[in-house]
Amino acid sequence: MQLNRRHLLLASLPAALLSPRARAAGAPPKRWVVVLLRGAIDGLSVCAPYAEPSYAQERPSIALPPPGTEGGLIDLDGRFGLHPALGAMQPLWAAGQLGFVQACGAPTSSRSHFEAQDELEAGTPGIKTTPDGWLSRLMADQASGVQAVYTAATRPKLLSGAASARAAALPGAQRAPERPALGAALDRLYAQDPRYAATWQAAQTGRAQMASALETGQSMSGAGMDPRADPTADRGAPGANTLPATARRLAQVLRADPGLRFACVELGGWDTHARQGAAQGQLGGRLAPLGRGLATLAQELGPLWADTVVTVISEFGRTVAENGTGGTDHGHGNALWLLGGAVQGGRVLGEWPGLEPAARFQGRDLAVSTDYRAVLAGVAARHLRLGDAALTQLFPGFGGRPLNVVRP
Amino acid sequence: MKMPRRTLFWLPALGLSPRIQAAPATETLHAWNRLGFGPRPGDLARGGGWLELLEQQLQPQPLPTALQQRLDARPAVNLAERVETFRRLQRQQRAADETPRRELVRQALHEAAEARLLRALQSPNQLEERLVDFWFNHFNVFFDKGLCRMLVADYEARAIRPHVFGRFRDLLGAVAQHPAMLFYLDNAQSTRAGFQGAGGSRGLNENYARELMELHTLGVGAGYQQADVTELARVLTGWTFRPRDLQFVFDPRRHDAEPKTWLGQAVPGRGRAQGEWVLDQLARHPATAQRIAFKLGQYFLADAPPAAAVQAARIAFLASDGDLRASVAALLRHPEARDPALQGAQFKSPQRFVISLLRACALTPSDWAPTLQALRGLGQPLFGCVTPDGYKVERSAWLDPEALARRAELAARVAQRVRLGAEAAEQLLDTLGPAIGRAARSAIAQEPPPLRAALILGAPDFQNG
Repeated sequence: MQLNRRHLLLASLPAALLSPRARAAGAPPKRWVVVLLRGAIDGLSVCAPYAEPSYAQERPSIALPPPGTEGGLIDLDGRFGLHPALGAMQPLWAAGQLGFVQACGAPTSSRSHFEAQDELEAGTPGIKTTPDGWLSRLMADQASGVQAVYTAATRPKLLSGAASARAAALPGAQRAPERPALGAALDRLYAQDPRYAATWQAAQTGRAQMASALETGQSMSGAGMDPRADPTADRGAPGANTLPATARRLAQVLRADPGLRFACVELGGWDTHARQGAAQGQLGGRLAPLGRGLATLAQELGPLWADTVVTVISEFGRTVAENGTGGTDHGHGNALWLLGGAVQGGRVLGEWPGLEPAARFQGRDLAVSTDYRAVLAGVAARHLRLGDAALTQLFPGFGGRPLNVVRP
Repeated sequence: MKMPRRTLFWLPALGLSPRIQAAPATETLHAWNRLGFGPRPGDLARGGGWLELLEQQLQPQPLPTALQQRLDARPAVNLAERVETFRRLQRQQRAADETPRRELVRQALHEAAEARLLRALQSPNQLEERLVDFWFNHFNVFFDKGLCRMLVADYEARAIRPHVFGRFRDLLGAVAQHPAMLFYLDNAQSTRAGFQGAGGSRGLNENYARELMELHTLGVGAGYQQADVTELARVLTGWTFRPRDLQFVFDPRRHDAEPKTWLGQAVPGRGRAQGEWVLDQLARHPATAQRIAFKLGQYFLADAPPAAAVQAARIAFLASDGDLRASVAALLRHPEARDPALQGAQFKSPQRFVISLLRACALTPSDWAPTLQALRGLGQPLFGCVTPDGYKVERSAWLDPEALARRAELAARVAQRVRLGAEAAEQLLDTLGPAIGRAARSAIAQEPPPLRAALILGAPDFQNG
């Protein structure tokens, strides 16, 4: 049952939402897309330190060949190379719209996916009890209405908290037939329920805003594309192969609704303990659609790309050495990816600790030289123009300096 | 409001004070909601208090003939043959038509779903079914990881189901030796460093060792270190299965026979006995008892479970050397478990919501595809949790605006599909009794009769249990 749009637009939307342009007066709105790669992606295969002799030594079957050889890395800066399956992103690097912060991560060291993901989404390393997500805290001071969109079947912790009602699900491929009478009756039933009235109202508001955005938004790659009719995008599949389709829909709603400032994209399947592969194989097979999806997002956002930052982040990195089953185990430091027209890219940032055993964290993992909060706070400070007080609320307990990764 | 008939029953049989008591309908409902997947038509009318129903549920009865016959009617599966077929089709995948492989996978999923859902919907042993759900989720494997597709039904039938009222150590051991877990968390491939396998030199993989401590037993805060993970992985080298017949084997050639120190102790014994010793230690560890008791408390009682009930379960677990019937009984017999404040206070997980909905309507699908699709759409596909921690049970994991709206829509779709009319609405109100409260009942009564069944199933009150 899809609620009748006219009914919703007239009955439940605050007046301000009916005219998104009213909220967008002045400077073009800044967008921030956070891509969570759940399962700890192997950053040493994404932005590979091929110039280090120990890279190939420690990874006899999974190290990527150096640039210029068959199946080899795409050179970035003479030290690091991009995984060949990420070729779709090479033009972004060339344009200075893609960068990495290597050896990035949390100052604490959990090797538990679940603990580390929770803490990453809370933005409070080492503290398990933080109830809300940092992206939700970022919305707290902003205008009302839906400001964030998420792509998973359920809302991630990143968007939970006091402002969680300002996050809406990206509409999927399947739409049930309309039953306006039943929709209105459910509205009445939920409106009188003290437990769920606000949540129900938030759902209807969010859906109306999304539906409106999808209806008015134009696709960059062709008129006539109906993003709701994409059969592959919403099967609940966690893998990256759905990303190109999701990215098109995401771009469409972002383009249509200037009130949408944030997006959270979740992708799983990165926990490559066995048979990880090199240029081809499990990891490469997942990276390819991820790279294509991000390139699609850049293309489909069109003029908005100039004011967009995409951060791609994972809970921790993987071991320097290949394990006994052609994979890698849970590690520490990782590469954080930065994309967007607003990014000062074309660089591999972060102090590189090296892969020598003595330089490693606990002798086995890439060390962390940059706190991930320094990067995210840098985006918040320069891209969203958050002041010091707001940054303290965003990442309580973080005393470091925000990194300059975005054009001011 | 029409209330279910209150039934009188005698408590002396339970060894309690000999006076006549009537169980309030709210308590009967609480029992069906927590000890089971919600009432079916007639369940509440039979009455019964929490303790009475609990004692019945702790002693599973033979299944009704019709259900047993439908379960028995499923064709027997030769697992080894099927896995062989699957491997062959996988090898051909790139070159050939994918249809046969997809069909095999679909068939395996539907068989696993039928074994789970048929019992959840129809078995009178509802607590057993909730425990199968709990323990599968605790020892989660993901259907869509390679070979797991062929193994999930067998994993549930042989490693999980037989032990839910048995000993934790037996459950832990059955899981540790089942090919589904050995494959899912890679232990089947983990070997001592330098072992020469078919694909060349092999070595350690610490995936299972970590989750064995973090998720299956001690919990992440229990104080073990990275070195303990690595040592445990070494202990468990050689624990694998024969590809030919999928039987667990300990392969001494793969085993790391060097001495190991784990949690500050030298690991005694040799070979397979070391792994068994470690499982003994983990199963008896106080941190494991605490973790299991707390998780059971969250599942059956509340996100922040009443401390004394959890404590009772923890003590029973330790005192009985991990007897799971005794542990569950201690939790649920505790007076806090039937605290009226808990009644209807849980936000059902999507799986619970869907199963309770089908039960309330006395529906048993002949084709599981729409049910599986519905669960995917609500974010909790059956056997579809990717990560080994399983699905969360807390309200915060499932309650968000979009999820709430999707559930109401699903309820409406079911009502539409099976053409629930005005009479069905009356029947549903009887079946659900106090689950649909006074305010909702009078609001629904104001709406046109053809909409009422959909509104009952989509109502805020039915989201809770």
